[in-house]
Amino acid sequence: MNSHTCHYEYLDGNAAAGELSNIFTMDVTAAKGQCAHCGATKRFAEAHVYMQAPGIVARCAVCEHVILRFVTTRQRVFLDLRGMTCLILDTSQLIDSGQ
Amino acid sequence: MAGAALFGRRMMWRVGTVVALQDETATARTITLKVPDWPGHIAGQHVDVRLTASDGYSAVRSYSIASAPNSEGRVELTVERLPNGEVSPYLTQEVAIGDPLEVRGPIGGWFVWRSEQTEPVQLIAGGSGIVPLMAMIRSRAAVGSAATFRLLYSVREPGAVWYRDELQALSDQNRSVALTYAYTRVAPKGWPRAPSRIDAALIAQTTWPSNLCPTCYVCGPTSFVERAAGLLTTIGNSPDKIRTERFGPTGDRK
Repeated sequence: MNSHTCHYEYLDGNAAAGELSNIFTMDVTAAKGQCAHCGATKRFAEAHVYMQAPGIVARCAVCEHVILRFVTTRQRVFLDLRGMTCLILDTSQLIDSGQ
Repeated sequence: MAGAALFGRRMMWRVGTVVALQDETATARTITLKVPDWPGHIAGQHVDVRLTASDGYSAVRSYSIASAPNSEGRVELTVERLPNGEVSPYLTQEVAIGDPLEVRGPIGGWFVWRSEQTEPVQLIAGGSGIVPLMAMIRSRAAVGSAATFRLLYSVREPGAVWYRDELQALSDQNRSVALTYAYTRVAPKGWPRAPSRIDAALIAQTTWPSNLCPTCYVCGPTSFVERAAGLLTTIGNSPDKIRTERFGPTGDRK
């Protein structure tokens, strides 16, 4: 039962979307990001996200390279996107008002 | 309902009011909120809930929305109480009807089922991962969609099933949502399958054949999601058709 307590278990990009909405007004979970390390292009929702840290770290689901770091302090937000060569936000997937 | 799209606007915190509480199991409770100016949601989306203590300390957790999209600003969340949780004990034991609750959302445009979708849908839930999938099943029923759904729902024991009666009723109705339970610790008496984790045989027998190109939604703890998504791929489903949402004790999520 304690097998999960000694290593960090990742979540995914869905879990980080609320915090990232402080920066992105478009939905990031459906956005496609290209990993700067392996070149894979995946939905941000598929990224492996680690939240047991002072900030949020997202890693490529294919090669585990860091693609995003996000840290919030009292006065500032630090966003490091150097692990992604491109983030494509899909404007046809807008979160509309529902039905 | 406000018709405005959320696109291009910063998502704001809104103060909802608890209008109903219902226990699903001994450790899980459904909280119904009325949220003023709620922009509406799509099945599969989640919200962030923020609790703030009198000293200003605040904790934010994500919970999937269980209710179908509706125009009344009604948002249902089913929350499981985690033994050392910061937020879930409050939400499952202390919150009362009439209490205010801060929510931000709806969040997510990828792990969603839209009522325009007509292809077969395969849902796979591990434990409380049923919540966003329940929203999809409810949404399907609410709009009278002809899309055919199958649900594989893995739980520890019979008493851990959420929404049991409603799932049964929706499953019986035109037999349009095929329902399979998989028990991991304790199965009902006479159950054909010994309690165990989901495996290749179960996935092959109970999910849509991959040549029908179902869209698959898998939600549960990380290890469950990895396993289920891997098995779906093994029987021929394209990774592009598999949408996953992972959660775990890490974030007190769901």
